Amino acid sequence: MGKDFIHLSNISKSFDGQMILDELDLKIKENEFMTLLGPSGCGKTTTLRLLGGFETPDEGKIFFDGKDITHLPPNERKLNTVFQKYALFTHMSIAENIAFGLKISKKSKAYIDDKIKYALKLVNLDGYENRSVDSLSGGQQQRIAIARAIVNEPKVLLLDEPLGALDLKLRQDMQYELIRLKEELGITFVYVTHDQEEALTMSDKIVVMNQGYIQQIGSPEDIYNEPINAFVADFIGESNIIDGVMIEDKLVEILGTKIPCVDIGFDKNQPVDVVIRPEDVKLVDPSAGFMEGDVVSIIFKGVHYEIEVHANGYDWLVHTTKMHPVGSHVGINVTPFNIQIMNKPESSDEKAVELDV
Amino acid sequence: MFKLKKQFLAGPYIVWIIGFILLPIVLILFYGLSDYHGNFTFDNLLSIFDPIHMKSLLFSLRLALICTVICLILAYPLAMILNSMHLKHQSFVVFVFVLPMWMNFMLRILAWKLLLSNNGVINNILASLGLPAIQLLNTPSAVVFGMVYDYLPFMILPIYNAMSRIGHDIIDAARDLGANQVQVFFKITMPLTISGVLSGIIMVFVPALTSFVISNLLGGGKVLLIGNVIEQEFMQTMDWNLGSGLSIVLMIFVIASMAFMNTHNKDGEGTAVW
Repeated sequence: MGKDFIHLSNISKSFDGQMILDELDLKIKENEFMTLLGPSGCGKTTTLRLLGGFETPDEGKIFFDGKDITHLPPNERKLNTVFQKYALFTHMSIAENIAFGLKISKKSKAYIDDKIKYALKLVNLDGYENRSVDSLSGGQQQRIAIARAIVNEPKVLLLDEPLGALDLKLRQDMQYELIRLKEELGITFVYVTHDQEEALTMSDKIVVMNQGYIQQIGSPEDIYNEPINAFVADFIGESNIIDGVMIEDKLVEILGTKIPCVDIGFDKNQPVDVVIRPEDVKLVDPSAGFMEGDVVSIIFKGVHYEIEVHANGYDWLVHTTKMHPVGSHVGINVTPFNIQIMNKPESSDEKAVELDV
Repeated sequence: MFKLKKQFLAGPYIVWIIGFILLPIVLILFYGLSDYHGNFTFDNLLSIFDPIHMKSLLFSLRLALICTVICLILAYPLAMILNSMHLKHQSFVVFVFVLPMWMNFMLRILAWKLLLSNNGVINNILASLGLPAIQLLNTPSAVVFGMVYDYLPFMILPIYNAMSRIGHDIIDAARDLGANQVQVFFKITMPLTISGVLSGIIMVFVPALTSFVISNLLGGGKVLLIGNVIEQEFMQTMDWNLGSGLSIVLMIFVIASMAFMNTHNKDGEGTAVW
């Protein structure tokens, strides 16, 4: 990956006295597909709007290719945005929509016509030049919105939950299309979503945010396999998050049972969060597990069964391809490698952990 | 059976339409196209070319046009300011603009008559400042003023309505694509509010053209609009045939102006009148 291209430096922003971003510091590399992921109200859209120039930070600076653009109006920034609700100009044809930015920057007619053709081809809508906006489906409108943004050859494309309004199948198709576009164009994508699956599918790097703080930055694999705290673990996929106490290095106690793990460096008897992915829980003979329990419910999910096992006062969520009828007595086992030990958050605000990007 | 029942429900409206809309129009057409003895004639229509009638028609068109232009000049920036305000305040300001419309139309105009008269509030204030009194009442300006005062909300509301329908993200998108604020206005805001402007123009121009109460009260009989001429034919000369003939001519002007506006309003949004 290239050099740091955008730097959001210690950004704070509040609306009506409510803190949205608190000393956010984020670097984005050139030619990277970066996703800001988090629940609504976590500050991800505000971060994107700060980049686009639609908001000004209360504190902090934004650097773009080494230049301070904190107070630059949106029309002077070399990046373009794809909006959640498409925001196409309904009084213009498709071609006029795509040509909007190029006409403003006074490009020649031949150049504009070429670009319109190229952009429509890129989003698989050749021949739609003279259609009206209203005659297009949601997915087509979103592709026009993307075409309208990329003809301006931005260095960075900002996407604000662009697939949020589409149905599941179309959303999946568009995900592949976006990955293809990013590879063809070779520009930086900054993508905002609350959909963890979308983030895992498309991103080079994911920034998990909550309540204005960055929780974790990493590749999709890192974020999924090594969540840094209970919030990330819970937000990215399903998890069993259990209160535990670190007995010593490589030994943790949960639900009254001591189990081996691989984590070291915690204090003795330190309270921790123990995170175990449901697909990492193995159901074995009662005698072979570190804990015994009873199957409470079972749901067939297609690829696997989702089973709930009540053991030592906790309802374990288990994903397995083997059928275990309700009421059967089972043992629970987890490979030490698959047990994640995490520090408990210091406060309910879950302060961001200092990270080197 | 069920279908018949539903049609029956429309009965009162059909009676209303026939009794209060179609019948009067037929009567106007009948009177307008016949002489005192009931013989068919175009004379009543052609009497618009009578110099006095022509003069008041042109004068009416001029005042209505001036009134419409003033309303547009006042309303467009107002609608923009309104639209840029916080949502909470928006509804309050709209309420303030609409509030006078809850009062009786005649009362409002009578109030202005008192304010503008030679011994009225405005001249009293001028006198107390040592300034000479000015003739306000019974001038064409007073009539235009009254019209603007009365019809301004009808210009503001459709424009504001069209403007508030432009989403913030549309403006953001235009800015994002490189447009500065002036370009956003001419390329986005204006084209998207043109339908509101057109219906505002119709809603102001048509009543201003046909008005006779405002010119009666604030013009003091000195400002003779085509509406006043028609009123006089009906109420004083009792020449219903001539009055109806002139009404038909005026109706033709109204319909023509609305048709003209309509051809220039392709998307047909906000034209509640047509």
